[in-house]
Amino acid sequence: MATKVHMEALSPTMEEGRLVKWSKKEGDAVKSGETLAEVETDKAVMELVARADGQLLKVMVPEGTTVPVGNVVAWIGKPGEKVDGDGASAPTAAAPKAKAAPAPSPSPQPRPAAPASAPAPVAVADATRVKASPLARRIAKDAGVDLKLVQGSGPGGRVIKRDVEGAPASPAVAAAAPAPRTTPDARRTGVPYEDVPLTQIRKTIAKRLAASIGPIPHFFLTTEIDMERAAEAREALNKQLGDEGGKISFNDIIIKAVALALVQHRACNAWFQEDHIRYWNEVHIGMAVAIEDGLITPVIRNADLKSLREIGAESRELAGRARNRRLKPEEYTGATFSVSNLGMFDIDHFTAVINPPEAGIVAIGSIVPRAVPEGERLVVRRRMHLTMSCDHRVIDGATGAAFLRTLKQMLENPLAMLL
Amino acid sequence: MATLTYRDALNQALREEMQRDPNVFLMGEEVGVYQGAYKVSRGLLEEFGPKRIVDTPIAELGFAGIGVGAAMGGLRPVIEFMTWNFAVLALDQIVNSAAKMLYMSGGQISMPIVFRGPNGAALQLSSQHSQAWESWLAHIPGLKVVAPATPADAKGLLKSAIRDNNPVMVLEGEMLYNIKGDVPDGEHIVPIGRADIKREGTDVTLVCHSKTLTVALKAAEQLAEQDVSAEVIDLRSLRPLDEGAILESVRKTNRAVVVEEGWPHSGVGAQLVDLIQREAFDDLDAPVQRITQADVPMPYNKHLERAAKASPEKVVAAARRVLYLD
Repeated sequence: MATKVHMEALSPTMEEGRLVKWSKKEGDAVKSGETLAEVETDKAVMELVARADGQLLKVMVPEGTTVPVGNVVAWIGKPGEKVDGDGASAPTAAAPKAKAAPAPSPSPQPRPAAPASAPAPVAVADATRVKASPLARRIAKDAGVDLKLVQGSGPGGRVIKRDVEGAPASPAVAAAAPAPRTTPDARRTGVPYEDVPLTQIRKTIAKRLAASIGPIPHFFLTTEIDMERAAEAREALNKQLGDEGGKISFNDIIIKAVALALVQHRACNAWFQEDHIRYWNEVHIGMAVAIEDGLITPVIRNADLKSLREIGAESRELAGRARNRRLKPEEYTGATFSVSNLGMFDIDHFTAVINPPEAGIVAIGSIVPRAVPEGERLVVRRRMHLTMSCDHRVIDGATGAAFLRTLKQMLENPLAMLL
Repeated sequence: MATLTYRDALNQALREEMQRDPNVFLMGEEVGVYQGAYKVSRGLLEEFGPKRIVDTPIAELGFAGIGVGAAMGGLRPVIEFMTWNFAVLALDQIVNSAAKMLYMSGGQISMPIVFRGPNGAALQLSSQHSQAWESWLAHIPGLKVVAPATPADAKGLLKSAIRDNNPVMVLEGEMLYNIKGDVPDGEHIVPIGRADIKREGTDVTLVCHSKTLTVALKAAEQLAEQDVSAEVIDLRSLRPLDEGAILESVRKTNRAVVVEEGWPHSGVGAQLVDLIQREAFDDLDAPVQRITQADVPMPYNKHLERAAKASPEKVVAAARRVLYLD
């Protein structure tokens, strides 16, 4: 009896996965535990491994196809063994090709129908086919919600009423999302626009950020922090480290300070849950990392207990793998508080969107020299703006302010971290 | 208003209609001297005499045919089958004569006849005596089919059936005869073709009739404990069907579970699902679910019988499916 290979849930929130690449071909021998394919989940590219020994008898899903969790993607069995529903249950490799075949014609005749989009990747047929209940379709149409931007919670990702109720109208979502990648040949080609199917991570970002700014009552606290002494300390430490490598960054110092301040202010180190608030005793700092197609927040676990060098090494390593989409789910979930830093992009000051269920995030701007009064005269000091976004269901203004005061003291006098 | 059993509500309807119209008479096995296998005709022989309360031999096709002839002659016969399982023997008279008479006589001969008796499973009556026939009967153009679930509806629908100039099938139930409920005195008429909302709700519509009303109401109670508000629609009449009431409810709740006693294939529920998907497509948030008897002859074994029947637990599970709660 041949064994089915299912699309597995490779992340806690994964509902479908895109089969990026088959690592084995039909006819290859496979052993249990061996990698069969690479699958793009809503967060990262993961490995789908064999759960049986034998031969890869049949591949049911071509590369580039998006498949709901639980669907059969391949069969493993004895050589020559017959396979149930052979080829009947999944699109064959030929089908998407046939769909992609009518490439946009160069004809200048304007056609009344929607113009063909730019040459579509193989997965486009799946990415644009939205499964939705008739009611959800009607609600979405009436409310001007683009169903393609809504993550369905029904079977196989079906969009149902609860998914579209309260979903933002499409322009809002589009504005919240970063602009689509500019491809080299995006110059005027006569095609007025390019439809880029949402990748899994884009869908997740849209869903989660909309879920955040909507129901979470945000408020913001901004403070300006003098980083002169932190900068001096950093320079001294890095000088001491010399050629040992693993330099300390401002970000490492900020993460450490945030973690230590949270230890003193547990009220800000919390998750809002449906009917309760979970105050964390452990401190796990999520660190927003920009990646090619979005962002992800790898987690520095127990950051309050780690040295600056440990934090530095770990954050560099995590950020590197985040950019290569190689993070494991446990590496980007479970943060109790987050830090988002756009200082390197020359941003003075911004507000960050809370990553639920966390109750707070701090947004770090650039460290820039500013003239500040010192007694009777002006001195130039390196200063930075920091804005904390708070979930008002968990954190009140004074609570957040008290936390920020501690954080500010630690950054303005790094020795305070030793207290 | 009096509290009556279902059997006494039927008895009251028969008595009132026989008092009202001398053309009405009751005929069937054991309806007279024995006062009915389920005592629906208690006291009627005494009051109306053997010309109007007629005991018959065990010959369903024969007395159904006599009833058809009497209706053609202008009387208003009520034919009692000891159970609808035995009415299979009389189907030729019901389907070929009663249902088609008005049509094939070019509208000259109407057919004011009632066929009535218990339908569906009771307890451990095994395969041949536990069948729900409504989908067979409701399939036939020319027949009306009603299936009251409460004493009040039993009285009101039987009175409507007797006064109707078309053949009306009244589906009762062994397990219903003893249930009690408030029944309006005297002229209480329930029009044929009108469903009744037995419990209001907002999250899911449970469509039921006859004995499955109890199943649906119990399911609605269990769902309420899970914060799900279920609306229970009792069809009461299977042909004609109160399409407006069903659709109105589904348009409100966006989800439906259809419950019936019969088998799944070509069942009454299949007709309802057809209606709902066709007329309320844009209001549906989930595919309509059906709960039916298992697709097997009814087992005699007590546990298997229980497992084969529609149950509140099955309805709750289906309701949770259409609500995407599981």
